[in-house]
Amino acid sequence: MSAAVTPRDVLARADELQRRLGPAFRDRIVESLYAESERIAQRAVRKDENKHWDWDQRIDRIVTSPIFGLPLMLLMLALVFWLTILGANVPSQMLAGAFFWLEEKGSALFEMAGLPWWLTGFLWHGVYRGLAWVVSVMLPPMAIFFPMFTILEDLGYLPRVAFNLDWLFKRAGAHGKQALTMAMGFGCNAAGIISTRVIDSPRERLIAILTNNFVPCNGRFPTLIMLGSVFVAAAFPPVFASFAAAGAVVLVVLIGIAFTLVLSWLLSRTLLKGEASAFSLELPPYRRPSILRILYTSLIDRTLFVLWRAVLTAAPAGAVIWILANIKVGDSSLATHVADFLDPLGKAVGLDGVILLAYIIAIPANEIVVPTMLMVYMGVGMMTDITTYDELRHLLVDQHGWTLLTAACLMLFSLLHNPCATTILTIYKETKSRKWTVVGALMPLAIAFLVTFLVATVARAVF
Amino acid sequence: MHDCDSCPVHGELSRMGISLAKFDHLVALAGNPNTGKSSIFNALTGLRQHTGNWPGKTVTRAEGGFAFRDVRYKLVDLPGTYSLLSASQDEEIARDFLLFGKPDCVITVVDATALERNLNLVLQILEITDKVVVCVNLMDEARRKGIEVDVRSLSRDLGVPAVPTVARSGDGLFELTSTVADLISGAITTRPARAEAPPEVRSLIDELIPLIESVAPSLPNPRWVAYRLLDGDHRVRQALLSGELEQLVAKQAAPVERPSQKIALEGAQ
Repeated sequence: MSAAVTPRDVLARADELQRRLGPAFRDRIVESLYAESERIAQRAVRKDENKHWDWDQRIDRIVTSPIFGLPLMLLMLALVFWLTILGANVPSQMLAGAFFWLEEKGSALFEMAGLPWWLTGFLWHGVYRGLAWVVSVMLPPMAIFFPMFTILEDLGYLPRVAFNLDWLFKRAGAHGKQALTMAMGFGCNAAGIISTRVIDSPRERLIAILTNNFVPCNGRFPTLIMLGSVFVAAAFPPVFASFAAAGAVVLVVLIGIAFTLVLSWLLSRTLLKGEASAFSLELPPYRRPSILRILYTSLIDRTLFVLWRAVLTAAPAGAVIWILANIKVGDSSLATHVADFLDPLGKAVGLDGVILLAYIIAIPANEIVVPTMLMVYMGVGMMTDITTYDELRHLLVDQHGWTLLTAACLMLFSLLHNPCATTILTIYKETKSRKWTVVGALMPLAIAFLVTFLVATVARAVF
Repeated sequence: MHDCDSCPVHGELSRMGISLAKFDHLVALAGNPNTGKSSIFNALTGLRQHTGNWPGKTVTRAEGGFAFRDVRYKLVDLPGTYSLLSASQDEEIARDFLLFGKPDCVITVVDATALERNLNLVLQILEITDKVVVCVNLMDEARRKGIEVDVRSLSRDLGVPAVPTVARSGDGLFELTSTVADLISGAITTRPARAEAPPEVRSLIDELIPLIESVAPSLPNPRWVAYRLLDGDHRVRQALLSGELEQLVAKQAAPVERPSQKIALEGAQ
């Protein structure tokens, strides 16, 4: 018989035998497993009830309480951003100062050596300036934010966040663990999408993947922080400036979470119909974070990794911008032509043509959109170096007509627009579906345009 | 701090990072979520797989190497799982490797502060392999909570060696590796505790095993597959029918797509 056996035969025989066993078979296996575990554990474990002074439970009673849980979370979030903004300002300016000093000296050296102007321009005012902007805008906030995020993670706070937000996600028809994958998205959306593997229902996992982009990743925080510092903070007296900036960033994050929930709700009512499934989530004990590991994880693995990626895309972006700004067609540069062409669309969504051009150039890693935008402005205008937020404000407001609306729309656009190339690739790898990858890329983009258009239109009508 | 030169580990245990070109034995790290598997992995291999204090941190397989007394081991860090019966994607990665990856030894990490719940998985793993070392981790946390674990009693009841450890400080890791080495070399023999199946079930299983072996000869665990078939496990049925079971065996032998060092660098976790 052995040669002729097919898998089908095996299953048929198994079914036959299964009927003989009856339906209680599985329950019996599981029951005996539990009974055995209990018996062995009871013999091996001795508990000293007197020593039981459970700090964890006391802390959790506050941290996950229905009244204090959410406000505490918001406070913690605000504190993290406030420290980031406060701490990043000065190093950012110092870095920018040093980088642009070097650019000046370097290009002067090239000129002295009699090298052609286009080589100096391409290398120093193109490639190098791209790198300089990205490093000075992104490095300081990341080097402060990532260690704080990693401390919270090592401490055991993330599952508590999931615990506090669980009911919201359940209402939206999504999985409670989506709060965890969303939290990972703050670090990096691609990592957040990989972490959705902890969600066992394919429907809810897909929702978590498609909406992960609505939390700003670490690459996008510097944009938000810069805009918050330059525009929102400037509207307040200096004493409150850093609080106002942090408040603005928190507000943007909350808007992102709101979009996550609303879209999860919409998706689970339309394309991905279904009920939220039950799950159990362990709240692990709080553990003292180990400083060395935190520094390594947050600075080497996270900060340098994100920065390196940004640098790799910023150098060619800088080169493209320099070329666009220096090829003249008629009276003005190619960059100006493209920006003028995009301007009506940009204006309709509260932005302008230059911002859209920068956004297009920065598509591979859209966290570099602000440095790219600044380079386009500077390539178009006359200004050569900006090291302080005041000078930046002067460039944007006085020379290029920015208003608070421009800043607000750019913050929203950067929060909502399509994920970066790496994230899109990750969506494809995880879903193995072209259709969902396209949805994952275009749905946020459409929402970004729609929302900024509505905001701009309403704001212009009201004010 | 440890005094490295006088420590017995010195000279016997060396971390080999991701140099996995040649290895003598394959060792898997399994256990419930958040029991410190990745911390043990990092301590033994010298790699820096991300760790974090929340269940579900590791969602992919990570591989690294270490050498002990001149024998080279490949260590595979698996995502945490509560059971071999359930199936979210990260748990499936763990389950597939344990069942079809043919590890020479499975280090099953348990949380000393929640032993009873963790033992469910240990007992399930004992059903599929004899080569198990139970690593009772987080002993420091247990002590703080006034919990004492009698490792000898545990080892006696389970029929496999049990080693107390504190992965974060490295306590017990030397004993863990030497136990793994002795288990693989045969210096330690095991008698895993297995729930005696009622005779009528046993005869059915015994009848199915040769049938399964004849359609899927490379399966290391026909016994487990027989159990699952009798339980009406839909996925196992499908896998047997489509020939996927055989493919799973081949797939586990292939190296992971990305070595763990690179996973860390890509910030994937």
